[in-house]
Amino acid sequence: MPKKSMREAINEALHLEMARDPSVIVLGEDVSGGAGGTSGQRDAAGGVFGLTKGLLPKFGEHRVIDTPISESAIIGAANGAALAGLRPVAEIMFSDFIGVCFDQILNQAAKFRYMFNGAKAPLVVRMTVGAGRSAAAQHSQSMHALLSAIPGIKVVMPSNAYDAKGLLLQAIRDDDPVIFLEHKMLYNDTCEVPDGDYTIPFGEGVLVREGEHATVVATGQLVKLATGVVDRLAAEGVRCDLIDPRTTSPLDEELILESVRETGRLVVVDEAPPRCGFAADVAALAAREAFASLRAPVATVTPPHTPVPFAPELEREYLPDAARVERAIRSVIAH
Amino acid sequence: MTAEQDVITAPKAASAARHGDGLTREQLLSAYRQMKTIREFEERVHVENAAGAIPGFTHLYCGQEAVAVGACEHLSDADYIISTHRGHGHCIAKGCDVVGMMKEIHGRRDGLNGGKGGSMHIADIGKGMLGANGIVGAGQPIAVGAAIACKLRGEGRIAASFTGDGASNQGTVFEAMNMAVVLQLPKVFVFENNGYSEHTGASYGIGCEDIVKRIEGFGIPVWQADGFDFFSVYEAMGKALEVSRNGGGPTAIYCETIRYFGHFEGDPQNYRAKDEVQRYRAEKDCLVNFRARMEADGGLTAAELDAVDREVGALIERAVQEARNAPRPRAEDLLTNVYDNY
Repeated sequence: MPKKSMREAINEALHLEMARDPSVIVLGEDVSGGAGGTSGQRDAAGGVFGLTKGLLPKFGEHRVIDTPISESAIIGAANGAALAGLRPVAEIMFSDFIGVCFDQILNQAAKFRYMFNGAKAPLVVRMTVGAGRSAAAQHSQSMHALLSAIPGIKVVMPSNAYDAKGLLLQAIRDDDPVIFLEHKMLYNDTCEVPDGDYTIPFGEGVLVREGEHATVVATGQLVKLATGVVDRLAAEGVRCDLIDPRTTSPLDEELILESVRETGRLVVVDEAPPRCGFAADVAALAAREAFASLRAPVATVTPPHTPVPFAPELEREYLPDAARVERAIRSVIAH
Repeated sequence: MTAEQDVITAPKAASAARHGDGLTREQLLSAYRQMKTIREFEERVHVENAAGAIPGFTHLYCGQEAVAVGACEHLSDADYIISTHRGHGHCIAKGCDVVGMMKEIHGRRDGLNGGKGGSMHIADIGKGMLGANGIVGAGQPIAVGAAIACKLRGEGRIAASFTGDGASNQGTVFEAMNMAVVLQLPKVFVFENNGYSEHTGASYGIGCEDIVKRIEGFGIPVWQADGFDFFSVYEAMGKALEVSRNGGGPTAIYCETIRYFGHFEGDPQNYRAKDEVQRYRAEKDCLVNFRARMEADGGLTAAELDAVDREVGALIERAVQEARNAPRPRAEDLLTNVYDNY
């Protein structure tokens, strides 16, 4: 099977679905790029991270729409196009920018079906998330917890190229509004990705590793980090279930609970801020539904309750690292 | 300039005196029926709200009927509109079921939105009515998206957004106007200045005191109409549509009008001169104007208009009775229509 980067996998999914379904459009800032430039070259960017490269020459300006820097109008337009029967895939370069257009997500997309008697608004909003590039506090945040707290939208967070392709194809075909979060530190990560069409259902997590001593739940780029730690500990006989939920809304509660009921120990590793965060939510789930099985307090490994810092040393300090994950696993097992 | 003066000064009309020549009898009847339906609907909601029959916040469109109807009489179900928090008039003008609307406003299970939207969120996608909206200025970008769909399909359909003077100060409206120009979309921006942004005169919040100049600044051609005169609005909208339906990009119409009730039902309206509404009702009312025009032209007889009045009165009475007797939502309805699947 061919190996592809997450960037290639996402780009391929967009190409496949635009070719398959003429109602799919892509819109956002620089999704093609070059319009109005002095070189005369279109598709000059293909998205600031290159995710939408090659779509314009293939599908044309009516379906691959470069917008002004107007996030509210971008998401609003995606909302309206979806209500009018298209399947728009909007791009917000950095998830931090949802601050500009949050109304269109919070009060519009999320509410149409409920308030409009089942109206369908099948839009996807792709956006990059996550720290690790010294992009500082306005270009590095992880928004899945905040977004997952909104009823009416789904939140998808792939941790690898294979999942990204299958989840994005599902997202575009899904009849609900979907926020698709792409961790910018994963774009160059490769794995085996089939060329053809496949979808991954939402609300179905994946058991990345199996083990009886503890349950580790990790998301986004931290799945990779946690896998490394879990594999290292396995070599010394400490075996963990490692669960990647893949979507944080809906959340595969059953997969997590089944595992916790077996292991009695839970560590949640997540990049969202801790207050009312994803890790706290999963910890509460275990306390609520699997209390009798727990043999240790739930451990969470998250950034501190601070903005994402700029300086590389501080950013490293901010992000969960292997040492912290390992300490957390050892602490729940030692309890 | 006070808000009152701002509005009472008749705006430059799209053309002199004889708007709307050439409308058929059926078109005239339809226009009058729609305006009358909005008027009766709103007057009745005002009464029912005061009687405590209607939950939540209600914003009435009375007085502005000529704008919604003048614009929407050009449109079919295949065209899209998006409305505002003061949306009943736009909904009726676009063909939403009046009984279903009344039920919805009463919070009933078989209301147009299943009792989960209410006054501020009436929508009927099949009618091309993409929603009244509780967020001021949120609708314009959504209409841009609907216009993208229209352009992609290439069938001559358009999207129109209604924007009040208050919303005209929102950044979302600026973004939508600019994007519509950049993408050359089949989109008509209908601006209706009713003199007040909530409890503040419109002129206070519009820094340049001229919405038309702003629209023109975005590169959008704008036709001005008398918001009290159906024929004037109809003609302006027709000119705008001639451009937007035929690949000419976005257009706008601008109308000045007045609302007869408060910002919301229960608003004591301390910001208004005591006789202001009375004066407008006596001197500028769109229904009175329409009747006078028919009388002068002989387009429709008084008897025909009276028949419409009776028909509309009966419809609204039936709507209220049906709404009162309609089933209330059940507990299990709380959990439906959150997602297609989850």
